[in-house]
Amino acid sequence: MAVTATQKLDVERIRADFPYLEQLQDGKQVAFLDSAASTQKPRQVLDAMTQFYETSYANVHRGVYRLAERATEELEAAREKVRALLNASSAREVIFVRNATEAINAVAYSWGLNELGPGDLVLVTELEHHSNFVPWQYIANRTGASFRMLPLDEHGELRMDLLDEVAGGDTVKVVAAGLTSNSLGTNNPVEQLAAWAHERGAIVVGDAAQAAPHRALDVQTLGCDFLAVSGHKMCGPSGAGVLWGRGELLEQMEPFLLGGHMIRAVGDEETTWGALPHKFEAGTAPMAEAVGFGAAIDYLNGVGFDAIEQHEHQLVAYALDALGELPWVTTYGPPAGRRAGIISFNVDEIHPHDVAQILDMDAVAIRAGHHCCQPLMRKLGVVATNRASFYLYTTIEEIDRLVAGLHRARQVFA
Amino acid sequence: MTEFDQLYREVILDHYKNPRGHGLLDAPDGVAEGQNPLCGDEITVSVRFDGDVIADVGFEGRGCAISQAATSMLTELVVGRNADEVARMPKEELLEEIGIPLSPVRLKCAILGFGTLKVALHKSKGTPLPDEWDTGDDLTIT
Repeated sequence: MAVTATQKLDVERIRADFPYLEQLQDGKQVAFLDSAASTQKPRQVLDAMTQFYETSYANVHRGVYRLAERATEELEAAREKVRALLNASSAREVIFVRNATEAINAVAYSWGLNELGPGDLVLVTELEHHSNFVPWQYIANRTGASFRMLPLDEHGELRMDLLDEVAGGDTVKVVAAGLTSNSLGTNNPVEQLAAWAHERGAIVVGDAAQAAPHRALDVQTLGCDFLAVSGHKMCGPSGAGVLWGRGELLEQMEPFLLGGHMIRAVGDEETTWGALPHKFEAGTAPMAEAVGFGAAIDYLNGVGFDAIEQHEHQLVAYALDALGELPWVTTYGPPAGRRAGIISFNVDEIHPHDVAQILDMDAVAIRAGHHCCQPLMRKLGVVATNRASFYLYTTIEEIDRLVAGLHRARQVFA
Repeated sequence: MTEFDQLYREVILDHYKNPRGHGLLDAPDGVAEGQNPLCGDEITVSVRFDGDVIADVGFEGRGCAISQAATSMLTELVVGRNADEVARMPKEELLEEIGIPLSPVRLKCAILGFGTLKVALHKSKGTPLPDEWDTGDDLTIT
């Protein structure tokens, strides 16, 4: 095995970049263990956005004055950063949207509505976030296509052995799968899924909302035809995400949102569409947000994705061990080696809302609920779980505070 | 008293662990089911009348301590009162009884049983439907 020298992550140095840690809650820093929902932002990202507003702000693209030129340059520089992040072959394949949900809706409407029909199958997984589930369910129902889930095994991993069986006699047209589960943290074998899908002529829509923040992705080897990314889950601001798609597919597709900027020429009767990526970017872009997203990518690259992944692996292994020692805690999902820094769990006899509320009293922030995964919750036989999720600023000490808070919850309800 | 001690104060935990009016009534005059899909809280409320007076209330459910304790407290609050009066009872009366500060998310937990009872009254006595949760579209009551 090749040994690569990885820069170890200096968590204290990183934490100094995050202003949220400067305010105290009951005299304590918040142990923010909800990064899978949205991450905190480093000062570098906030500064980049402020600077953009202060020095380079105007509407992009059509302005002939210098301020608008600068704004356009900054937006396109951010696009290039995303292109490099994903190793896309061209920046025209990088479309700015609000978030991963909007990215998937764009594909479901623009591609799905025109390409699906009776006898076709859209295959999703039992692990999917509603964002990669509901749009496909809806478009399948609209077009008469079948819609089915690939089930999970008892560890929360995909039953790849059932692919052919689930497909049945239908023509597989779309395989929509998350790269990493937002509930269980499972890293799905997307390359393998993609190989199976492509043998059948299907397209693969990857939801990378939970994967892109944590590991380097390469669309040249991943096998996905479309990829959805949310900037706010990787230190960027809310309101800027990306749809990446293969150029030849995007070229053939109808636009999703219609209006300003996405046109070539508007006639009285008909309109022709602009070139990529503009065809899919109707209206004023989230300009400052895209610039902030670009700064977030710079920041994460500066830390290094290998270092981030290694740091999170240490955290999740430590947390799984610590929770495993509590006989009254049930954890869900695969072992540390096959998951990202996300743990769903339940405490015997205590509802997740009560657990989360008691933890909040100790300034420990976790999420409680169905995590936009109601099909998965039904599979697990629970209505809700607690979820702790980690990122580059998370410390071992914060996991200790989580465990201490769980003991306290047990005492309250004893 | 800290906020923490208040939220899970003794009386709340007592109602949670030893709910009053627990168990559905035999031969009820009205029944309704309430759910909060956000957290999976579920409550079924059954009610029996003596004329227009609420003679007994029984409930079953699962959910967080706040939702279960609040419904338990509610049963004590409404038995012996006129159906029409309870249908018009503002949620503040129940919240006062609960007596702890509740965030918007937890408020929905607290009033789930209350709204469900009002639907049961509506179904059996034709009283007005609850309008307790102007912002709480999350709750589903049938």
